[in-house]
Amino acid sequence: MDNTTQKTLAEILQRHGGDGTRLMQILRETQEALGWLAPDTLTDIAKGVGVPRARVEGVAGFYSFFHTVPRGRYRILWSDNITDRMLGNGDLMQSLCRRLWLEPGRVSEDGLVSVDFTSCTGMCDQGPALLANYRAVTRMTEDRVEQMAGLIRDQVPVADWPADWFRIEDNVRRADILLKNAMRPGEALKAALAREPEADVETASNARSWREGVHAQAHGPSAVLEEIKKSNLRGRGGAGFTTGIKWEACRHAPGDERYVVCNADEGEPGTFKDRVLLTRQADLVFEGMTVAAYVTGARKGYLYLRGEYRYMLEPLNEILARRRDAGLLGVKILGRQGFDFEIEVHLGAGAYVCGEESALIESLEGKRGVPRNRPPFPVTHGFLGKPTVVNNVETFAAAALIAAKGGEWYRGMGTAKSAGTKLLSVSGDVARPGIYEYPFGITLREVLADAGADNAQAVQVSGPSGLTAADNEFDRKIAFEDIPTAGAFMVFDHSRDMFEVARNFAQFFAHESCGFCTPCRVGTSLLKNLMNKIGEGHGTQADINEIYSLSRLLQMASHCGLGHTAPNPLLDTLDKFRPAYERRLKSLDFEPAFDLDGALARARQMTGRDDAGAHLAESK
Amino acid sequence: MSDQKTFLLDGREIPFEPGQTVMQAALTAGVFIPHLCYHPEFRPHGSCKLCTVKINGRPATSCTMPAQAGMEVESDTAEIRDKRRALVQMLLVEGNHFCPSCEKSGHCKLQALGYALGVMTPHFTHFFPDRPVDASHPEVLLDFNRCILCELCIRASSEVDGKNVFALSGRGLKKHLIVNAESGRLADTDFQATDKAAQVCPVGVILAKRKGFAVPIGQRPFDASPISAQAERYKPVAPAPKKEA
Ligand SMILES: Cc1cc2nc3c(=O)[nH]c(=O)nc-3n(C[C@H](O)[C@H](O)[C@H](O)COP(=O)(O)O)c2cc1C
Ligand code: SF4
Ligand code: SF4
Ligand code: FES
Repeated sequence: MDNTTQKTLAEILQRHGGDGTRLMQILRETQEALGWLAPDTLTDIAKGVGVPRARVEGVAGFYSFFHTVPRGRYRILWSDNITDRMLGNGDLMQSLCRRLWLEPGRVSEDGLVSVDFTSCTGMCDQGPALLANYRAVTRMTEDRVEQMAGLIRDQVPVADWPADWFRIEDNVRRADILLKNAMRPGEALKAALAREPEADVETASNARSWREGVHAQAHGPSAVLEEIKKSNLRGRGGAGFTTGIKWEACRHAPGDERYVVCNADEGEPGTFKDRVLLTRQADLVFEGMTVAAYVTGARKGYLYLRGEYRYMLEPLNEILARRRDAGLLGVKILGRQGFDFEIEVHLGAGAYVCGEESALIESLEGKRGVPRNRPPFPVTHGFLGKPTVVNNVETFAAAALIAAKGGEWYRGMGTAKSAGTKLLSVSGDVARPGIYEYPFGITLREVLADAGADNAQAVQVSGPSGLTAADNEFDRKIAFEDIPTAGAFMVFDHSRDMFEVARNFAQFFAHESCGFCTPCRVGTSLLKNLMNKIGEGHGTQADINEIYSLSRLLQMASHCGLGHTAPNPLLDTLDKFRPAYERRLKSLDFEPAFDLDGALARARQMTGRDDAGAHLAESK
Repeated sequence: MSDQKTFLLDGREIPFEPGQTVMQAALTAGVFIPHLCYHPEFRPHGSCKLCTVKINGRPATSCTMPAQAGMEVESDTAEIRDKRRALVQMLLVEGNHFCPSCEKSGHCKLQALGYALGVMTPHFTHFFPDRPVDASHPEVLLDFNRCILCELCIRASSEVDGKNVFALSGRGLKKHLIVNAESGRLADTDFQATDKAAQVCPVGVILAKRKGFAVPIGQRPFDASPISAQAERYKPVAPAPKKEA
């Protein structure tokens, strides 16, 4: 390791105070500076943070965006969601590889560049998308591919590439209370602080835990909690847990430190609403986190931002700095004695499972993003073992509105069991892809009409882990009592092959399984291989049966929601779009997974032969 | 009347102490629940899922689930045996297991569970992963081909030996065991053949060199009686004290 490298590393370690819980940020900043995480770099980092080297290597090896082998000075990762595929990402990727004389996934001989696929980057309304050295690029075309190949060959730094490539549209098509919010920073917080409890609401037990002993007169937090509970706000990250109950559990959990964590991992393919909220309403989101801190007595908050949204790090940090200057963060917020709260942005590094709240906390602690055993739950044993509230971006934004305008007001919108509005990320075969905010209770049909989908065959609601809705279900409603959703809404018209949709999702889950538990680690790959076998025309009824029995195993024995939901798209499409599978099946009852002639393909490629003698005679 | 708390396991009443898991209580009572990542001396891990049961009709991981009075636990049912058999088959195709040539044959838990659960074929298509062997250490061989990722060696090394010889890297199906050395070789770690970590592997990864077949096949622990009849071997015991590193 040369001197400048050593100096760079020392600076990074010093900036983070050699703190092992900050390992993710240390690894990312080191990689940004040095290009990759070499064996001796990992050794030095391990020494610097006082963590066993093997554990540091294990963390680096867990996340897709960290490399322990060189990946080229230019790393191009094509987003591979089904919506990107529908927009032709496959051909564009091949074209880029051809122009650079590259094989996908391999680094060029000169170490200059590598091109590969990555999971959905959250740009489905403006694909085909990619990451160029982890900067988001949208709306790729053949022209841009040609130019990009030239820029790479000429070794033009990514920072100097055409600015237009990095332009990210918000595409807000329908705004309601969240996206129309025009409150100034601090307004919701001031309103929250002004709330005093109604006499009959205040009890010893709900006043007790707030910042014990700091300020005997501070009864306001329980009044704000009361509004959150009254609003009936439920989590927007998918599971739909009642937010007021979660906050109250954290507030009452024994402990001297509490944490508020905003889940901006947004890894579910087809979901991009948190990106738009953080672009347009970041203050509202931070304000919601600060309200949660006020209610629970937390002094520290983290926003876990997915690595794909790296470009947002600096703008978000600027907003945090501005809020600090305005007295909306830091010590004695808005002059209230004892109300101290800080927020820090933590950047992820390419792992869908880190959206699962306990995996997210592990990752925040600088570890591999593996879901924990529960109980205990994060509200009592979360970040560093302390009581922690984890909520989705949209949940916090809604909570800020409720703190300002009251629970009754919020409850007046939506349906009986689903109060308020929901942001949908609409993509796929629609004329107007983008963000639509509706009160709960909207039907799929209404959304399709607004988005300009006149030939829809199916909608994937809430991403691969959600529901594949066929056209006889389009009158169903977006609501916790009918179709709950984390926000994805991918539309497929009648020209689309629903088998390929399901196959894409099976590949996604196999790629994203954390590998902790046997059923999901092995099962998602077996499912992927079965889908590939069927897709390549070697499938039989026996393989379909196998999909069913593996699915039952994953649903029953998996450790976390990833494994539990991974079979959903296969089961839904098998149920609702059976012909898409059946037309691919061989009429045989059994077909070996090992394809003899296929195995010769590599030999044919190496020898440049493709004559009859280089094929096994197939008895079709 | 005794105030001993109990739950029902396949219709049989199982007493338990507060704080015990379903697995610990069952094994203490002499009832075997299949397991691989559980070990009597270590905190439960919950990753292999062989111990999956149904509690009051809902699936649960018995090695991590705290016992509660009045639970109704199903374990040895056709449905659950089916799932466990599939899990063993998954582990078999995920690695490279050639029992006839494995030193651990006859005291390998994976093999024993295969027999106990009636695994007649691997059923799934083999992945045939490429996992090199580490023969660098003078006394101990690491044959990663057989690793089932139970993390027992990792836990033993850090919790008992006070070292951190082993860890995991990679994700999903690419998850794999690594050792604590820049070279990636066991010989360059502080591992010793006397470590607790050298004794806990349930399969044939961590093997003493030059000690092949000291116990002849036929006289090994699972040759005598099936693992399912050996619950008493796995009763929880006090954890081994941590050594000073
Ligand atoms: C595999 C997996 C991925 C998840 N990804 C996310 C995510 O990206 N964003 C999110 O808010 N919640 C995600 N969740 C749900 C979280 O575990 C958690 O329920 C949520 O953050 C709680 O916030 P809420 O109550 O505001 O919804 C995911 C869950 C699982 C099982
Ligand atoms: S279900 Fe999948 S993602 Fe979840 S813990 Fe198991 S292997 Fe990891
Ligand atoms: S080497 Fe053995 S003890 Fe260690 S994880 Fe693999 S199977 Fe478990
Ligand atoms: S023994 Fe319970 S999960 Fe492994």
